[in-house]
Amino acid sequence: MNWRRFRRRLRYWLHQGERNRLLWEEMEFHIASMVEDLVAQGVPEAEARARAHRKFGNMTHQSEDSRSTWIARWIGDLAQDLRHSFRGMRRDAGFTAFTILIAGLGIGASSTVFSVVNALLLRPLPFRDPGRLVWISNGDDTTSSQTEHYSDLRELNRSFSGLAGWNAFYFPGDRQLTGAGEPERLTTVAVTGNLFTLLGVDPAIGRWFTAEECQGKYSAPPAMLLSDRFWRGRFDSDPSVVGRTLTLNNRPVTIVGVLPASFDFASVFAPGIPVDIFIPWPLNDQSKPRGNTMKVIGRLKPGVTVQGAQAELTTLGKQLTSAHPERNPIAPVLTPLAQRVSARVAPALFVLACAVGVVMLLVCANLSNLQLARLGARQKEIAMRAALGAGRSRLLRQMLTESVALSCCGAVLGLVLAMAGTRTLAHLRGFNLPLLESVRIDGSALVFTLAAAVGSGVLFGLLPAWRVSALSLAGELQDASRGSSGGKRHAWIRDALVVCELAFACVLLIGAGLLMRSFLRVLDVNPGFRPERAAALRVDPSFRIASFAQQNSFIDDMLHRARSVPGIVAAGITDVLPLRDDRSWAVSGVGQVYEKGYQPEAFIRVVSDGYFEAAGIPVRSGRGFTERDRSSSERVVVVNETMARTLWPGRNALGERITTDGGRRVVGVVADVRHTALEAAGGLEMYLPMRQTGDYASMQLVVRTALPPDTLAAALRTALRPLDPHLPVREFQTFQDLVDKAVSPRRLLALLLSGFAAFALALASLGIYAVISFSVSQRVQEIGIRMALGASAMDVQRRIVFRTLGLSAFGLASGMAAARLLSRGLGSLLFGVTSGDPVTFVATGALLTAVAAVAGFVPAWRASRMDPMVALRAN
Amino acid sequence: MGTEKTKTDLLPGTLDMLILKILVRGHLHGYAIAQLIQQLSDDLLQVEEGSLYPALQRLELNGWIEGEWGTSANNRRARFYQLTADGRKHLAAEAARYRRVTGAVARIMGFA
Repeated sequence: MNWRRFRRRLRYWLHQGERNRLLWEEMEFHIASMVEDLVAQGVPEAEARARAHRKFGNMTHQSEDSRSTWIARWIGDLAQDLRHSFRGMRRDAGFTAFTILIAGLGIGASSTVFSVVNALLLRPLPFRDPGRLVWISNGDDTTSSQTEHYSDLRELNRSFSGLAGWNAFYFPGDRQLTGAGEPERLTTVAVTGNLFTLLGVDPAIGRWFTAEECQGKYSAPPAMLLSDRFWRGRFDSDPSVVGRTLTLNNRPVTIVGVLPASFDFASVFAPGIPVDIFIPWPLNDQSKPRGNTMKVIGRLKPGVTVQGAQAELTTLGKQLTSAHPERNPIAPVLTPLAQRVSARVAPALFVLACAVGVVMLLVCANLSNLQLARLGARQKEIAMRAALGAGRSRLLRQMLTESVALSCCGAVLGLVLAMAGTRTLAHLRGFNLPLLESVRIDGSALVFTLAAAVGSGVLFGLLPAWRVSALSLAGELQDASRGSSGGKRHAWIRDALVVCELAFACVLLIGAGLLMRSFLRVLDVNPGFRPERAAALRVDPSFRIASFAQQNSFIDDMLHRARSVPGIVAAGITDVLPLRDDRSWAVSGVGQVYEKGYQPEAFIRVVSDGYFEAAGIPVRSGRGFTERDRSSSERVVVVNETMARTLWPGRNALGERITTDGGRRVVGVVADVRHTALEAAGGLEMYLPMRQTGDYASMQLVVRTALPPDTLAAALRTALRPLDPHLPVREFQTFQDLVDKAVSPRRLLALLLSGFAAFALALASLGIYAVISFSVSQRVQEIGIRMALGASAMDVQRRIVFRTLGLSAFGLASGMAAARLLSRGLGSLLFGVTSGDPVTFVATGALLTAVAAVAGFVPAWRASRMDPMVALRAN
Repeated sequence: MGTEKTKTDLLPGTLDMLILKILVRGHLHGYAIAQLIQQLSDDLLQVEEGSLYPALQRLELNGWIEGEWGTSANNRRARFYQLTADGRKHLAAEAARYRRVTGAVARIMGFA
C-alpha cells in the first residue's frame, strides 16, 4: 500500500507539468459549470462569471494547495531557491568561481586528511574481531621475546585463546630466489604456524602450514606462502603456482598457498618493508637464530580484559625469568594491537586534523565575509523580494540554500582534489607509516565530504542569512536611497570575522613554523656519517659460502673490483645500513659484572675495511679495520664513543677487552652514528670485522664517490658482474635516500601544514582586503569631504592603514595566545625548538602584520587617489 | 509517508468520507460532487472549492479513487472520479469510525 502510494507520488512528481495543466483544466471546468448554473438561475453572464471566480478563489493558490498533496511544498520552494541560486551564480560568475575554489580547496584538504585518519586510526584492522588482538612486547616496546619463553607462555597462560609470533629479525631481501626466471632477492618472514588463523585470515588459494611443516629446519623450510603483492608481480596471479617448487637459497621449497590481498602483513606490522614470502618457523630447531628474536601477538579469550591478561602474564613472566636463569629475562607488556599500530602516527594525525579544522573555519569565515559584502550589493534585490511578499523565514532559507549550493559545488571540486590527494599518499613508497596503502576515498569519506559541504555551507551562510532576515524593509529602502553608511551598524560583524581569520591564520602559521623549524633542525643533525656521495649496493653472493677462506676471498675480490672503478674513492662492506636495520647484543668488558636486566646492549654492525671511509664515519682514536683483520689474526673490535664511555668511563678504551662474541680487543673508537632515527642518539655501537665472523644476514657494498653516486651505478655493476653472474644487483641506494626516507614523515607533516598555513595566510589577507575595501567604498563621501577640507593623501592612507593594523593587532593577539596554548600539543613532534619558540612567534607576527599592512594599503592608496569632487558627487 | 490529512473545519476526515460516499453513486466530476454534497445536506454543508481539489488529489494519491477524463452532460471535457475497491474498504472503515465518534459526542451532549 505504502509502496504503491510512493510510486504514484513519484509518478505525479515526474509528470508534474502535465498534471498541473490537467488540474487547471479541471478547475476551469468547475468554474464554467458554476457559471452555467448561475446563468440558468437568471444571473447575467458577466456577473455569474465574477461570482464564480470569487467563490472559487485564487486559482493559483488552489492549484498550489492541490499540488502540495503530491509534492511537499518545501521541495517546490527548494527547487525555486536553487534555481534562483544558480541564476545568481551565473550572474556573479567571479564571486561564484572564487567561492567554489576556496570551499573546494578547504573541503578537499579536509576529506584527504579525514581519509588518512580514517585509514590509520578509525577503520578497524583488517582482521577478524581485531578488538581482542593484543601486542605482547618484552619490556620496552622494541624488545622481542625468546622463543622458549613464547612456548612456555603459550602453554601456561589462561587469558588467551592463542598466541602467535614471527621472527622480528628479517631484512629486506634476505633470501634469494634462483632457478626459473631472473634471480631475485626476497624478503621472507618466519612465522608460527598459527599466526594467520589467530588473526582470522583465510588463504586466497591453497592452505596454511601443517604441523609437520613447522617442525623441520629453520634454514631449510619445506613450504612457503606467497604474499599477494609478490604473487601478482612475479607470477602474474597464476593460481596454478600452488604446489609448485621454487629454489630459495639453493633449496627446494614448495608453495602451499597465497595470502589474500586484504592481508598486508607489512603495512600493519612492519611498515616500509614489504614482505614477499612467509616460511614456517620451527621453534624446536636448535640451529635457528637464538636470543630475543620473536614478536608476539595474542588473541584474548572472550571476557578477558587487557588488564587481566597483563596481570597474569606479568606473574608468569616473573616465574619464567627466575625458573630459567639461562634465558634472557621476560617481562610481557600488553598493548591492544590497534593502539600499538597507530600509536606512532596518532599525534601527527591529530595535529593534521586540527589544522585542517582550523582551515575549514577560516574558509567559512572568509566566505561569510564575502557573502556579507555581496549582500550590500544585493540589498535592492532583497528589498524587492521582501516587498513582493517573501517572508522573513523564506529569505533566510533562500540565503542558506544559496550558501549550501555553493559549498556543495565546492565539495565536488574538493572530492576531485581529495581523490588525487589520497591517491598520491597511498602511493608514497617506502614510507614507514602503517596502513598508508589503504588510504582512499571510501563510503565514509564521501559521507564526511557531504557533511563538510553542508556544514560549512550552513556555517558560512548563517551570518548573511541572519543579517537578511534582520533587515527591516523600510530601513533597507532608506539605506538604498542614501546609499552611504547603511551597513555601518553591522560593520563590527565583518571586523570580527577578519579578526577571527587572522587569529586562525596565526595559529596555523605558528604550528607550521614550529614543525618546519623542527624539520630543519633534524636535517641539521650530524648523523655521524656523511650521507652525500655515499651509496650502497646489495651484494650477497648467490652461492652458499662454505668457509672463511671462500668468504674472505669473495670480500677481497669484491672490494678490489669496486675500488678499481674510476670515481670511487672508498669502498667497504657492511651488514646493516644506517637508519634501516638493527640488532643488538648484550655486551660487557672483561672483568665487568652487571646485574641481570642492567646489562648494556650494543648495536652490532659487521663491516669490512674501508667501510668507515666509505660511509664517512670518523675514527676518533686507534684504527679502523684493515685487510689484515682476518679469521687467522687476533679477534678485534671497534666501538663507538658512547660504548667506550659506558664500559670504560674515564679511561682509554683502546686495548681493553670485551667478553662478548668470544672476547675481542678494542682497536679503535669511532664517532656515534644515529642509527635508529636522526632524532635519537644512537646508543652503544660495536663494529666487528667481517672477515672474522659469519654472523651476518646480508652484505651491502658501500661506496664513496667523487661524482654523484647514480652516475656510477652502471660502471659498478659491470665491474662486479664477473664476480658472480647471478648477483642480483638492482637496489642501488644512496645514503641521502636513507636520510630522506627517515625524515619523510616529518617532512610530509611540515609541508602539509605549511601548505595549510599558506592557504590560510592568503585567505586572511583577502579577508582584510575585502573588509577594508568595503569600508572605504562605504565612506567615499566622508573621504571626499576630508580631502576637500584639506586632508592630504597621506592622511587618508594613514587612517586606513592604521585601522587595518588595529584589526590585525587584535587578530594576532588572540591568535598568538591560542597558538601558545595549542602548540604544547605538538609535544613529541617538535625537535630542537620549544613550543613557545620566540623566533617562530616573532616571525609569524611580523609576516602577518606585513601582509595585513599590504592588504590594507591597496584600498587606502586607491582611496587617496580619488578626486574629491567625484567622490562627493557619487550617489 | 503517512496518509495525507484533511484541512477542513469539519471533523477530520469527514470531507474525504463524504466524497467517497457520494462516489458510491457512480462516476462524478468535481463540480457534481460539490453540488451533490450541498444538495443532499439541504444546503447545510457547503464544500469549499479550496478544500475539494486538494481532497480529490489526496484520495487519488492514496488509491481510494481513480480519475478519468470523459465528456460531461454539456459536452465538455471533465475529469470523472470513481471509487476503487480500496476506497470502498476505506469508506466502510471511516463510516464505522465516524459513527462511533458521533455517537460518543452525542452521548456526552445528552442528545441520545
